[in-house]
Amino acid sequence: MERTPFWNVMFYLGVLVIVVIAVFPFYYAVLTSFETGTAIFRPNLLPEAFSMKNYDQVMNQRSFGRSVLNSVFIASTTVCFALLLAVTASYALARVRFRGRGLLLMTILGVSMFPQIAVLSGLYELVNFLGIYNRPFSLILSYTIFTLPFTVWVLTTFMRELPVEIEEAAIVDGATPWVIITKVFMPLLWPALVTTGLLAFIGAWNEFLFALTFTISETQRTVPVAIALLSGASVQEIPWGPIMAASVMVTVPLIVLVLIFQRKIVAGLTAGGVKG
Amino acid sequence: MKAQPTRWLIWKWISKTCWSNSSTLKKIAPGGATPGATSGTVYGKVPKNWSGEIMSSTDVGTARTARGRELNLQQQRVRAAYMFLIPMLVMLAVVAAWPLFRSISFSFTDASANTIFNGQSEWIGFENYLERRVRSNGEVRWRGILADGDWWNAVWNTVRFSLISVSLETFFGLLVALVLNAEFKGRGLVRAAILIPWAIPTVVSARMWGWMLNDQFGIINHLMMSIGLIDQPIAWTASSDTSMIAVLIVDVWKTTPFMALLILAGLQLIPRDMYEAAKIDGVHPVRVFFKITLPLLRPAIMVAVIFRALDALRIFDLIYLLTPQSDATVTMSVLSYREIQQFGDYGEGSAMSTLLFFIITLFVLLYIKLGKVDLSGEKS
Repeated sequence: MERTPFWNVMFYLGVLVIVVIAVFPFYYAVLTSFETGTAIFRPNLLPEAFSMKNYDQVMNQRSFGRSVLNSVFIASTTVCFALLLAVTASYALARVRFRGRGLLLMTILGVSMFPQIAVLSGLYELVNFLGIYNRPFSLILSYTIFTLPFTVWVLTTFMRELPVEIEEAAIVDGATPWVIITKVFMPLLWPALVTTGLLAFIGAWNEFLFALTFTISETQRTVPVAIALLSGASVQEIPWGPIMAASVMVTVPLIVLVLIFQRKIVAGLTAGGVKG
Repeated sequence: MKAQPTRWLIWKWISKTCWSNSSTLKKIAPGGATPGATSGTVYGKVPKNWSGEIMSSTDVGTARTARGRELNLQQQRVRAAYMFLIPMLVMLAVVAAWPLFRSISFSFTDASANTIFNGQSEWIGFENYLERRVRSNGEVRWRGILADGDWWNAVWNTVRFSLISVSLETFFGLLVALVLNAEFKGRGLVRAAILIPWAIPTVVSARMWGWMLNDQFGIINHLMMSIGLIDQPIAWTASSDTSMIAVLIVDVWKTTPFMALLILAGLQLIPRDMYEAAKIDGVHPVRVFFKITLPLLRPAIMVAVIFRALDALRIFDLIYLLTPQSDATVTMSVLSYREIQQFGDYGEGSAMSTLLFFIITLFVLLYIKLGKVDLSGEKS
């Protein structure tokens, strides 16, 4: 389509609007996180003050560092566990034809989509029964509900695309399915595993409902709950500065990861069609 | 006859994708994959062995042993497949099926925070859902969540929120996808920028926007007042008139990127020569969009919409954090959570979550049936 100069300008204006809307809230959070005292309550679009006090305040709360560690531990364990189970399962779903495969795939998708609240009271009972209430394992267990079906689903999509010839050659050479997965497919699947793992990690890192329900003490909280429950000296006074500082701290690593793996993430999102 | 090249290209593209897919399907699916396949009933079209041609040329003896070995191989593959699936299925049964079953069971009891673990809760049938009570003076009273105004308010909020947010996200997502599909300088940068809202945790975006929408010190009110859109600050999250708008703004901001990326993937599947053919035919760009782009995008949009709708119907964290006390935004998930956590009424809370579960299931089944969406990818 040929563009006249007028439409060219309009197009770039549109692009600018999209970028500003996408980036501005985070920019504003960064701006606020460096402001203290009365400066914080003066709306401004450009940086006016620079102080690390909010960051100091958040870091000096011992429980926040602990929350970050909790989140890292819980999210990575959940993802490793889900990937371990998902690799073999998705091989079976993608490469072997058996009765009821379509139904099974739909069920797995259904599990990843159903409302978390629908299993909340049942999970609460299970977590108490296992004696892991208020422990990281309660969250690792409950996060499996969405990370496992998600990883299975996305890896199945990726595995379907691997050429049949490779597998046929391996079969002719007498490879068992286990050998095919570990020796033939795994080296090819590394990029897919990284993508899927990253998306599942983001999902587990951001989860809020289970983390809010299954932890009670400050030292067991994950980052989202810690930010949500961050409170000031009095109930009325919401500590916006520290909240923004904490938000920036937990979001920057995510944004860096997303920007590095941009292409892979887009591929994974569209392959799975599932929100991470 | 001017429009012919366009039509012909569409046809070529469709038939090409169909054929190439069916051939890979045959290749992936070896003969005798299931018991049904050997009798030729279920997978009648599938060749009976790996290459599909050995059978005709070799003599009967070798063919028979080859076939026997192959069946063995196939059985071995299916057996391995089951072994591979079992750990995952057991795990899903433990963390998903069993808790779901227990939650549904609780919805038929009077379980509370005190009785949930010691087994003293009693079976009360459908009383959590609907119960008819006749008072001593003969007056009939209905109780239970189905007779509860709060519940129907939550249902209405959820439906309203889902409909509006998904429509807006589809619209803006399509717009952003069309922009990103055009070639221009800095496209990679723009795509990176729109991934940022998606990457930010919901809790953080709720807090961020809560601050921006703050009634006294928020930048949004400040900007709107300085350009004269409003005369006095709006209490976005606190007022019942605007709290739903606030929630919608944040949700659309956060999830439009996801929608845009899914639609963009669909856009990139449409071959360029189709547009070129239309251009040669002198078809107006607007017509091209409605006659070529949109129809070919339909599958991608349908899938994106269902995923977003499922997410919207179960929304919890954004509303719980942004507008915690507002009746104008409370959704089914939030109400159910309140019932369970704040009031300790596991019976009634579970009844609400069970209803939500069935509403969502029904919605999915209807959508798949009506939209003919192939989610499992089995037929594509």
